Amino acid sequence: MSRKTEVFVIGGGPAGLSAAIVAAELGAETLLVDDSAKLGGQLIKQTHRFFGSSNRDAGIRGISIASKLCKDVENLKGRLTVLKNTAAVGFYSNNEVGILSQNAYERVAYQRAIVCTGATENSLAFENNDLPGVYGAGGVQTLMNVHGIRPGHKILMVGSGNIGLIVSYQLIQAGVEVVGLVEGLPTIGGYLVHASKIRRLGVPIYTSHTILQAIGETHVEGATLSRVDERFQPVPNTEFEIKCDCICLAVGLTPLIDLFQQAHCRMVHIGELGGLVPLHDSGMKTTNPDVYVAGDASGIEEATTAILGGRIAGARAYESLHGKSEKADQIVAEAKEELKTLRSGSTGERIRWGRERVLKEVGAC
Amino acid sequence: MSSLRIEAHPVLDFPTPKKVKFFFEGKEYEGYEGEPIAAALHAAGVKMLRRSPQKNRARGFFCAIGRCSSCIMEVDGEVNIMTCITPLKEGMQVKMQKGHGTIKP
Repeated sequence: MSRKTEVFVIGGGPAGLSAAIVAAELGAETLLVDDSAKLGGQLIKQTHRFFGSSNRDAGIRGISIASKLCKDVENLKGRLTVLKNTAAVGFYSNNEVGILSQNAYERVAYQRAIVCTGATENSLAFENNDLPGVYGAGGVQTLMNVHGIRPGHKILMVGSGNIGLIVSYQLIQAGVEVVGLVEGLPTIGGYLVHASKIRRLGVPIYTSHTILQAIGETHVEGATLSRVDERFQPVPNTEFEIKCDCICLAVGLTPLIDLFQQAHCRMVHIGELGGLVPLHDSGMKTTNPDVYVAGDASGIEEATTAILGGRIAGARAYESLHGKSEKADQIVAEAKEELKTLRSGSTGERIRWGRERVLKEVGAC
Repeated sequence: MSSLRIEAHPVLDFPTPKKVKFFFEGKEYEGYEGEPIAAALHAAGVKMLRRSPQKNRARGFFCAIGRCSSCIMEVDGEVNIMTCITPLKEGMQVKMQKGHGTIKP
């Protein structure tokens, strides 16, 4: 069987949902596929309140943002078709994408594709890092906040970025003892407000430390930590053991980019954005003029910026099919203004630098 | 040790669906209907879900979203089932699969 659509959105997280909502609201016939049973992407496991910007979801919990986006999708029935449990598995040269649901394979003929595949979690090399009980922060959040099950009784957190800090707090809320937080850098990576929260609850934070090994045979029973020098090399004779029954890795994310490569989009490696990303202009269009990108796949940030990038992509994809639209222009202008605010200040410095490089490189091709 | 099930949470409410019985390696366990098989096993304290085919390393729950294949098991005779996204049903027979498993014709 085959399907036809004007705008085809891959991924039902904050970026994909926002792109689909905007494209459909403006009047494009839109199809969205997501490979999980529930829309919302990573938002469905985020119980913390977002900082956001004053006019976009500030102070709202991730789970509530997901519900809000799903309600908007529901209201657009007729113009926006959603297929859950359906994965996009391949781009073909004639503007077709293969999609796979539980028992069926179909092809989607699209005019514009907006690819919002998100990211995959990074791992860390240490002895026994494959033992049951070593999890990524995403897996921990799914188990605890979606299924209502603690990952263990005592957990060691590795990584002090915002995800490591926020998930540590969520673990404490769920009744898990966080036995320590390990960070290779000499300073905490995430916002101080999150770090202070877990510090006040008595969680020891080991900066300039690393995990050398997970201890155990069939599951985690502890970990060996050590101090590191300024070149991140373990300092001899500073090793010590810590007892825990699970270890959570929150050591960053890498954009999921396979589909862009299949669609022949030019890629660029930008460390500040998490690795290889498709080159794209300020309207989120890649070097394949029929393919747009938004969300973590365009560079690792967070849900609010993913929503805004999605709105820009949806508006521009619509315009490329139906001509200039004042409403679309307004959506883009508002989103760009909010992004500027969100990426301002010292915390947004790396992202600003990375995004400027994307625009410079795309201008050069 | 107390249960791994979250009974009270400051932000979230977890519904308590119907309890069902299932079997892991022939032994009877209890879980909630519709939750992932791997989640039910985790809550019951089962950490090792299989051993790796080549180096015989313990494998357990990992990504929780059907990506990594760490949790593949034999369910009702069918091998390579991603148990972290397969809903639990009454009476399921769940087993650690041997090696890559054998696909039945």
